[in-house]
Amino acid sequence: MFPRLVYESFRRQTRRKLLAGVAITLGVAVATAMIAVATDIGDKINRELRTYGANLVITPQEDTLDVEIGGVNLKPPSDGAFLNEADLPKIRGTFWHHNIVGFSPMLPVAVKLRTSDGDKNKGDKSDSAKDVTLVGTYFNKKLTFGKEEFTTGVRITHPWWKVEAGEGSCGDGHLASVPRTESRGPGRVEDSAANVNAATSPESGDTSSCGWPSDDSQNVLLGERLAARLDKHPGDSLDINNQQFQISGILSTGNVEDNQIVAPLAVAQQILGKPGAVRRVFVSALTKPPDALSARDPKTMTPEVYDRWYCSPYVDSIAYQLQEAIPHSHAEQIRQVAQNEGTVLTRIKGLMLLVTLAALLASALAVSAAMATAIFERRVEIGLMKALGAGNLAVSAIFFAEALLLAFFGGISGFIAGSLLAHQIGRSIFSSQISIQPVLFPIIIAIAVFVTFAGSVAAIRRAVKFDPVFSLRGQA
Amino acid sequence: MSTGPAILHSAREVAERRAHSPHTSMFARMLVRAAMLRRGRAASALLAMIVAAAVATAMMNLYVDVQAKLRNEFRSYGANVIVVAKSGEASTAQAATTAPSLPPDAITRIESALGPQTLAVPFAYAVARTSDGQSIVVVGTDFARARELNHWWKVSHWPAPQIDARLVGGDNAAPAPPVEALVGIRAAAVVAPKREPFDLTFQGKAIHLAPAGLLQTGAAEDSRIYLDQTEFQSWTDVSPTTIELAINGSPEEIQQGINKLAAALPGADIRPVRQIMEGEANVLNKTRATLYASATLVVLTSALCVLATLIGWVFDRRRDFAIMKALGASERLVNLFFAAEAAALGVIGALIGFLIGIGVAAWIGRVNFHAPVVPRFSVFPYVLAGSVAVALIAAVLPIGLLRRVQPAIILRGE
Repeated sequence: MFPRLVYESFRRQTRRKLLAGVAITLGVAVATAMIAVATDIGDKINRELRTYGANLVITPQEDTLDVEIGGVNLKPPSDGAFLNEADLPKIRGTFWHHNIVGFSPMLPVAVKLRTSDGDKNKGDKSDSAKDVTLVGTYFNKKLTFGKEEFTTGVRITHPWWKVEAGEGSCGDGHLASVPRTESRGPGRVEDSAANVNAATSPESGDTSSCGWPSDDSQNVLLGERLAARLDKHPGDSLDINNQQFQISGILSTGNVEDNQIVAPLAVAQQILGKPGAVRRVFVSALTKPPDALSARDPKTMTPEVYDRWYCSPYVDSIAYQLQEAIPHSHAEQIRQVAQNEGTVLTRIKGLMLLVTLAALLASALAVSAAMATAIFERRVEIGLMKALGAGNLAVSAIFFAEALLLAFFGGISGFIAGSLLAHQIGRSIFSSQISIQPVLFPIIIAIAVFVTFAGSVAAIRRAVKFDPVFSLRGQA
Repeated sequence: MSTGPAILHSAREVAERRAHSPHTSMFARMLVRAAMLRRGRAASALLAMIVAAAVATAMMNLYVDVQAKLRNEFRSYGANVIVVAKSGEASTAQAATTAPSLPPDAITRIESALGPQTLAVPFAYAVARTSDGQSIVVVGTDFARARELNHWWKVSHWPAPQIDARLVGGDNAAPAPPVEALVGIRAAAVVAPKREPFDLTFQGKAIHLAPAGLLQTGAAEDSRIYLDQTEFQSWTDVSPTTIELAINGSPEEIQQGINKLAAALPGADIRPVRQIMEGEANVLNKTRATLYASATLVVLTSALCVLATLIGWVFDRRRDFAIMKALGASERLVNLFFAAEAAALGVIGALIGFLIGIGVAAWIGRVNFHAPVVPRFSVFPYVLAGSVAVALIAAVLPIGLLRRVQPAIILRGE
């Protein structure tokens, strides 16, 4: 009898059940989507924060002082120690290599720029040689570590660098040799790499990839201010230390590089006469915001705590591991970038958490209201059941069984709808997938059942208390 | 729900009261009595309305305010605009040290152009020699301002205000106490490994410095020595060449600020720091878009749930509807009655919901940003209009369905 009652109730009152079911589905969908977004937003924003550039820098251990003002190095170029370029791929071998988005080596060299075809600057009378800084780096260099192939360079670590190419210099195969083959393992990481480089993929024929010189070419980028002073354009040739280089693009960074020349690392090493030399390496890594553990000094930790510290992607522990990986190096966080990441990340995560809480509360209340309405409408039915001799318990049982069924089906459809919603949000806002943990499903169903029950309890209790006489006479 | 006897009792009372009370309009009385007699139903519909209105208010308030709040957080990344004295040859080593300096009143000019909330920090650079002949970059700046701008500087101890030290030194006519300096962590290893006072010379002029604290940033600042600007200027005679600015606001506002600066300081070169501005814009846009999507989702859901609840409520009252029609009420009057009821519900729900929503937004602001979200009353008309619209739709939709049904059928309970 009991299953039949419940079944008939669903069959005959489809409209009412549908209304309540829709309310539950909607509520659960929003809850699912919000929880998925809120749990994943930290990771997503962390990646977005990488647009601020590198948060770690590796320098030679016994480095001498930089004497540098406004990006101009006043030190003799051969002075000081260097890192070995051959050691760089080892960065991929550190414990947290999945968190390392990219790195770019830098090798500044002071060069003489001969401007034979007349300098625009009238103040420059020191015949036609100019002292400028040339920086050697990776643009989008393909490297291998073990069996792993990866690409890295300033196009990943310095996303705000913009290169303007002249007409005709695009599509001539400057970069056709740099297809992005990411083999970083888990889909999530790969996903984000695609995200970072979606705009730079040469296959897509995107214009943003033209103008960048190839890493094995002799082409250089000219800083925008320097270019304006020299009146040089992409495609022109440049006389650096009596060697001819072609300008492949004009670089705009809003920073000191605007007054410099940026060249492939090999070019800078050749000019300096020190093959394999690197002055410093900028590393862009995904880090965990600092907390109580990260603030402690690793030297004073117990082995247990030390392991935990070592295996957490704090900026300090990543720096420590980089230092281990590269001989004679000193790795340090760039505090301007690294320290502020934490605050911004915490704020945004906190915001989304609170918004999610508000959303959960709202959908819980909405579901409760819908359930209360649905039960309230059936006073006559309850009256009839009680007049026929049903006890309070039997009546409640029927209603709870119905609520359970509603919650279950509403929960499942809501979870699917919510997952789709979260997916859509991820695609459209972060152009990457929002991962939905499978563990979320039972939690969501449990929440749905709980909320539906809670919403029904008050209404059912009131409904069974009715005197059947009044409800049957229609006076309730 | 009131029971039978209670109604009978109150009916007698009501009749008595009515005889003495002035004749209010039947319409208004019906509205009030309908809500009073079915308190439970009206309350649950109202609750749904209030929740939806509260959530909508909180979301709109947050959405508007969060950008400003987050921008504030982003200012901890430091300067987003740099003012440099215009120089023809800043790229050569020689020119960098003798670059033309900014006018001495540059800071006051910047502050008058952009208002006091803009943080401007002057920097003056010189290359000095240590006692063993090494070159080292010395920077003159305003410590109070630099500290405010560059939150990420890890400083063991900021130098005390220099003016006092000077005055004391002057009074005693004794050799002036060493000037306090902030020493970069790498510079310290060279000049003062044991944090002892040290000497620097610049173009033959010597200065005696005491390291007040160590500075660690992970960038170029680590190999520099920072002095108070007045001390620096009296020693080297170099005035500030660079001013770093933190302008608060949207990219458009910052661009406006840059334009204003260009007018105020014609001799200077003003450029935005793209690294900071683009990073900020990127993160902010994504956050805003996420919040927008969530807000739309939540508001839409609660609106739909309210709609479902209200439709159930109105549908449940088809007997009222049938009786009114049976007693000869015109279709228009019945429609009007239900619409007025719904509108009243919408207005009350919006009012209470708005107040609660402002509370929720303020709470979120306090918990997360440690600054209250300013209530925006401009949101209220939208919340009100939305609530009334949802309520009206909920009322009119079932009426349209019921209109085709004969009152007799409804009253017979079929």
